[in-house]
Amino acid sequence: MDNMTLIAIASIVTAGLTIALGSIGPALGEGRAVATALSSLAQQPDAATTITRTLFVGLAMIESIAIYCFVVSMILIFANPFWNHVIAQTAGK
Amino acid sequence: MRLSPDEMIFWQHGFLKLNGTIVFTWGLMLVLAVGSKLITRKLSTGLKRSRWQNLLEIVVTGIEKQIEDVGLRHPEKYIGFLGTLFLFVALASLCTVIPGYEPPTGSLSTTAALALCVFVAVPLFGIEERGLGGYLKSYVEPTVIMLPFNIISELSRTLALAVRLFGNMMSGTMILAILLTITPFIFPIAMSALGLLTGMVQAYIFSILAAVYIAAATRVRRSKPEPDTKH
Repeated sequence: MDNMTLIAIASIVTAGLTIALGSIGPALGEGRAVATALSSLAQQPDAATTITRTLFVGLAMIESIAIYCFVVSMILIFANPFWNHVIAQTAGK
Repeated sequence: MRLSPDEMIFWQHGFLKLNGTIVFTWGLMLVLAVGSKLITRKLSTGLKRSRWQNLLEIVVTGIEKQIEDVGLRHPEKYIGFLGTLFLFVALASLCTVIPGYEPPTGSLSTTAALALCVFVAVPLFGIEERGLGGYLKSYVEPTVIMLPFNIISELSRTLALAVRLFGNMMSGTMILAILLTITPFIFPIAMSALGLLTGMVQAYIFSILAAVYIAAATRVRRSKPEPDTKH
């Protein structure tokens, strides 16, 4: 297997694995966060605005982890430096 | 597959490039500045006011209340910065309904610039409120051992602000582009609506996080708590 094939296989497999494994954790975390927020809303409906705002801020922080994995995945597919390098090499030969 | 509006070149002269990010940012600046100038030409303080003035007042008082809820006691000092952040990111996301428009926040340059603004503004507001010595002392707040961790957390949350906004905006436009090549009208429209929702949520998150960071930097320990003036 030459360099080009190896880099292509590694990039594709890693991109898929990154986003697959990387979205498990944030999804579970967000589910727990929303569940706790709902139960505290049921206990104290007066504090609804504070709870909702804090919930959104917390969800955004948890979501960022999934976004990091997504960005790495996109870089591997569309802006892959190793792939560009090896393409430039074969084009120059 | 275009990864960001940086790659849409409108005009080029040597190494000076007018790409999509710059042009759309200028368009947004024009809309915000000219729009508010036109609406605030004749402000009325009575009960009878124009609809546009009413809209602007709703927006401004809403943002002021949010800033005060976060814990910043005099929201007039911060609403210029925080309000502009929110309005810019929200308008950038809302305008995706216009065909041919790509949100400039879908480019890492724009979001990095906005995150750098927050990175500079937090010490500025902190020093203005607590003085230079008081602000620097907050870095060694629990113990001196926490100094490197505090510095690292400052840098990492700036990076997180930039990447969070960039990732959300870019994924919205990219999913739309991919879906348009696969399925016809209905599903891409649903995804476009979802993109609008996440854009507004991200605008809110960006400004609220900036407000929380500024509140943490300007927090002054008082012996007697100030009474709540308005609620």
